[in-house]
Amino acid sequence: MPFVLRRLLAVVPTVLVVATVTFLALQVIPGDLAVVMLGMDARAEDVARLRQEFGLDRPLAVRYLGWLAGIVRGDLGASVAYREPVARLIAARLPVTVSVAFAAMLIAVVLALPLGVVAARRAWSGLDLAVLAGSQLGLAVPTFWLGILLLLWLAAAVPIFPLQGYTPLFRDPLEWARHLVLPAVALGVDRAAALVRLVRASLLEELNREYVRTARGKGLGEGVVVRRHVLRNALIPVLTVAGLQLGYLLAGTIVVEQVFGLPGLGRLLLQAIYARDLVVVQGVVMVVAVMFTLLNLLVDLLYAAVDPRIAYD
Amino acid sequence: MRRRHNLPLLIGATLVCLIAASAVFAPLLTPHDPTAIDPAGRLAPPGGEHPLGTDRLGRDVLSRILYGGRVAVVVGGVAVAIGAGAGISLGLVSGYQAGRLDAVLMRAVDGLMAFPALLLAIMVVAALGPGHIQTMAAVGVVLIPTFARLARAQTLAVRKQEFVYAARALGATDGRIVLTHILPNVAGPLLIQSTVAFSGAVLAEASLSYLGLGTQPPVASWGGMLQEARDVFFVGPWMAIWPGVAIALAVLGWNLLGDGLRDMLDPRLRHATRRRGGR
Repeated sequence: MPFVLRRLLAVVPTVLVVATVTFLALQVIPGDLAVVMLGMDARAEDVARLRQEFGLDRPLAVRYLGWLAGIVRGDLGASVAYREPVARLIAARLPVTVSVAFAAMLIAVVLALPLGVVAARRAWSGLDLAVLAGSQLGLAVPTFWLGILLLLWLAAAVPIFPLQGYTPLFRDPLEWARHLVLPAVALGVDRAAALVRLVRASLLEELNREYVRTARGKGLGEGVVVRRHVLRNALIPVLTVAGLQLGYLLAGTIVVEQVFGLPGLGRLLLQAIYARDLVVVQGVVMVVAVMFTLLNLLVDLLYAAVDPRIAYD
Repeated sequence: MRRRHNLPLLIGATLVCLIAASAVFAPLLTPHDPTAIDPAGRLAPPGGEHPLGTDRLGRDVLSRILYGGRVAVVVGGVAVAIGAGAGISLGLVSGYQAGRLDAVLMRAVDGLMAFPALLLAIMVVAALGPGHIQTMAAVGVVLIPTFARLARAQTLAVRKQEFVYAARALGATDGRIVLTHILPNVAGPLLIQSTVAFSGAVLAEASLSYLGLGTQPPVASWGGMLQEARDVFFVGPWMAIWPGVAIALAVLGWNLLGDGLRDMLDPRLRHATRRRGGR
């Protein structure tokens, strides 16, 4: 079976496991789910109505199969608090989260690539040690704290960056970008700190190889050697990790959305947890986990495309 | 020539010891009760009686940071114990037995890995409800897959070695072989992973508490303090700065300790470092 098809098929069991774990995790809640969702002082008839409306009176196995069938149809149930289909709630907020995650990834790559290359080319120099120390610091600073510091020092001092909120891309692209800069920096610096170490290590590994000595030996300048030969090979592992990072960024936005008041999936998830709106919690977790799985798939496929040494058949 | 100083290990161990000591001796280091409310002394800037100022309820920020260190160390410690205990057990059994059991256990671990870590922790807290104990459980669960994968890989690498065959020939049971022969041989990387996991646990606890899902007020936690600073940080920036410094120092300390241990325990890496360093 060709690699692409095999890899595509492998996604099915993963999604099934994700759907099962997500379903089961919220069934272990002690007590009656309908009471949990409506609160202890809810009237008995409201609890009974909710139980019937959400099928909580049906056996667990039936509800599980119903959940799986719903996922196939793109139906993730209806929210108790919003009285709206969960899929519609998620669709409305997804662009915010995806925008922040991609913008953060862009910041991470823009910071990590040049810094990693420079650090590797001058390994163990003062500059390299500064980059390494900076990356340790970047990894240690929590994204939400960096966000708070940016608000405190930058947003207050430079009025270009709004303190809170979001504007959709198609309404006003400039406003959209302005709202994204600070959240993306808060989230991206942490990922850049992880990526820069990888870029540096990967480049150092390649710089010690025979083909680099050959390239230097035939008189190529160091810049050309790095750009034309080394980077191509060194960036393959970086690509894999960057892809995986994007998945983590989707989860990382949950916290950053809270700092900057962005109306994304993280906000929806937290409000649903506070309101005990478990159907929404289930739906959001499911969607983010599936996106994470699909990103991993995409990275694997890209990996095969960029590295001719990997022959998948 | 071996490098004489292992700077990451030195700095990491110092930071970790400082944080652990300040958490243990918090009552001796500060005269203030971290939960004592003082309406008259609200949002007092740093200085004098309150070196790091007070929060919007008049509580001493330094005391809350010191006591918050206890939460970070306890939650981190328990979470790593849960993650390492369950993960290493799974990994050892999986790697040693191989075969069908291995396949089933690893699929389960893959299932957990299909969720981004923070999302998994949030889901567990959503199921169990917010709180201190629940946070330990949530972060512990998140740490299981990495420990399981690492322990399995290490076990697979040594299970066919001669000392294992020798132990078996001498009549040792499977349990004895795994615990007294394989585990000590794979402990190095797992120890390094534990320190890295500790820093991850501190960050995860802080994130959950910041989101209002972890340690609940009035108990002081670093993430919780940052959440409490949310609406007033333009008035009292010290409330938003110092708890973050504490988190960053703790994470930095555990990460550096992990890096230093790796340098010390992994001879291949030391060789590579020297080779590159000589270029």
